[in-house]
Amino acid sequence: MGAIRTRVLPRAERRTEPRQRQGIKQWLIIGAFILPGAIIYFLFLILPMIQAVYYSLFKWNGLGPATDFRGLDNYGLVLNHNIFQLALQHSIVIVVLSLVIQLPSALLLAIAVGRKLKGRMLFRTIFFLPYVFSEIITAIIWTYVYHKNGLVNIILGALIPNYQPATLLADTNTVLFAVFAVITWKYFGLQMILYMAGLQQVSEEIEDAARIDGATEWGVLRYITIPMMGPTIRLTVFLSVLGSLNQFAITWVLTNGGPVSASELAATYMYKFGIVRFNLGYGSTVAVILFVISLIFSVGYQRTLLRRDYAGRVS
Amino acid sequence: MTTLPSRTTKPKMSPIDLWWSFLKYAVLVLLSFIVLAPVITAVLGGFKNTGELFQSPFGIPQVFRWENYTDILVNSSFWQQLANSSIIVAGDTILTVTFSSLLAFIFSRLDFPGRDLLFNFFTLGLLFPITIAFLPVYIQVRQMGLLDSYFGVILPLVAFGIPGATLILRGFFRAIPVELEDAAYIDGCDTLGFFWYILLPLARPALGAIFVLETIKAWNEYFLPLLILNDEKRWPLTLGIMQFQGQYATDWGRVMAFVSLLIVPAVAFYLLTQRYIVTGLTGGEIKG
Repeated sequence: MGAIRTRVLPRAERRTEPRQRQGIKQWLIIGAFILPGAIIYFLFLILPMIQAVYYSLFKWNGLGPATDFRGLDNYGLVLNHNIFQLALQHSIVIVVLSLVIQLPSALLLAIAVGRKLKGRMLFRTIFFLPYVFSEIITAIIWTYVYHKNGLVNIILGALIPNYQPATLLADTNTVLFAVFAVITWKYFGLQMILYMAGLQQVSEEIEDAARIDGATEWGVLRYITIPMMGPTIRLTVFLSVLGSLNQFAITWVLTNGGPVSASELAATYMYKFGIVRFNLGYGSTVAVILFVISLIFSVGYQRTLLRRDYAGRVS
Repeated sequence: MTTLPSRTTKPKMSPIDLWWSFLKYAVLVLLSFIVLAPVITAVLGGFKNTGELFQSPFGIPQVFRWENYTDILVNSSFWQQLANSSIIVAGDTILTVTFSSLLAFIFSRLDFPGRDLLFNFFTLGLLFPITIAFLPVYIQVRQMGLLDSYFGVILPLVAFGIPGATLILRGFFRAIPVELEDAAYIDGCDTLGFFWYILLPLARPALGAIFVLETIKAWNEYFLPLLILNDEKRWPLTLGIMQFQGQYATDWGRVMAFVSLLIVPAVAFYLLTQRYIVTGLTGGEIKG
């Protein structure tokens, strides 16, 4: 066993104990500290994903061992299934809406609240509140809000004369946007908090210097504040894309992916066609495809945009 | 209010600035209304019957229908579900905080061949959101014979909690100065002593943050229990509410009462632990 360098023991030769025993003791500690977490992590995260790749090659209803080997057939079936394609399109719509609507408005709001607006802590507390509710509670409350006689229709009815109550969740044209509104309601505060944290990294002195040099407020925002928040913005884009690709519970409880698959998302598709219909082989295939999509995005994004933010931080 | 010297030259609020700040507050108040209105109507709704709920969502209930609550509370399944939720939360938070702090210590303060490779292996889990993995996890839990057991829910939650928690804790552990470590060592501490008596107490805010975030995650978990627990006696509250929604399909008052019973403690917990949540989510960059 080679001598092991530790920062805890920078000058091991000062110890009276023989160096060899110290080394063994260190390895024991390392082993004992890593093993419990590593076992759980391997059994319930790594191994299931490896198995998913294996089962994705079988037609398997989950009863008994998987024997009906089909090679890559499942992949062809999933990728050519029109509902899967629809679900993937819907997931992309949610991603795009998050990036185009959710993030910029959270950013503008964080900047508007700024560093010293009176009552900013109160507003922050309120906006962040939905983050602590479970997705199931969120979905149930919003089922009521969207109800034919619910909050949305009552408020719109009071504001607009001759308003006809709409059932947003039952209309194939509106359901996806109605679901997106609920997702925004729940996660908007999280993004705002991250931006408020990023804003604190921006030096006020530099902003003031620009103002003294005659920059307009818009100029300060455009050329100083927002560029300096770059690392935070890139991180929220990353989290938001991954989060949107993995929407499940809110959509499932609000609509079950319906009506007629109009709000089917990638994850609700996997649940419906993999588990509810007991096609565990087919469902594993969907899981592997979604994982590959996430992996390509994550690795690509980290290699290009996130890299410089963390260069030097991770040794 | 103290102002910096450079600011004293700033002119008094012009009418445009006044309009700006009025506009800001108007937008913030409007958004606060959008955030709070559904929550407030849900809590008020718990005291109403269905007809009243849809006629005057914001009105104070004409008659406070406490029976919506008492019917739920005398029902023993509510207390069973509360106990189940608590078991899942306790199991998940204790194991995740323990295992992650052990791992983060190794990855932040000890040096050995292959350390960075091993650390990267653990952060790989950040790329597997549990939503993508729930079907494979279900198969694995079933193979291990853990269906319908608390551990069948707790252990996957821990596995998916470890990567993020380890990453956050490692950051906090690294921030503790090496001089402190050297001093502890000179005073006769060994590795374990340093970890237990110095590092962990210093990292208390970070441990608190992980603890609180895991509590929220486990308390709110819905589809892992949905897949793994068929036995109603093991259901947590998040599944219990579905049972209520089915049972009282048209009785919105009772559903809202159940929702309120879950919301009120969640809000209280949030207000008490907000500081930790913000620390955990922002890596300690802003004060709560």
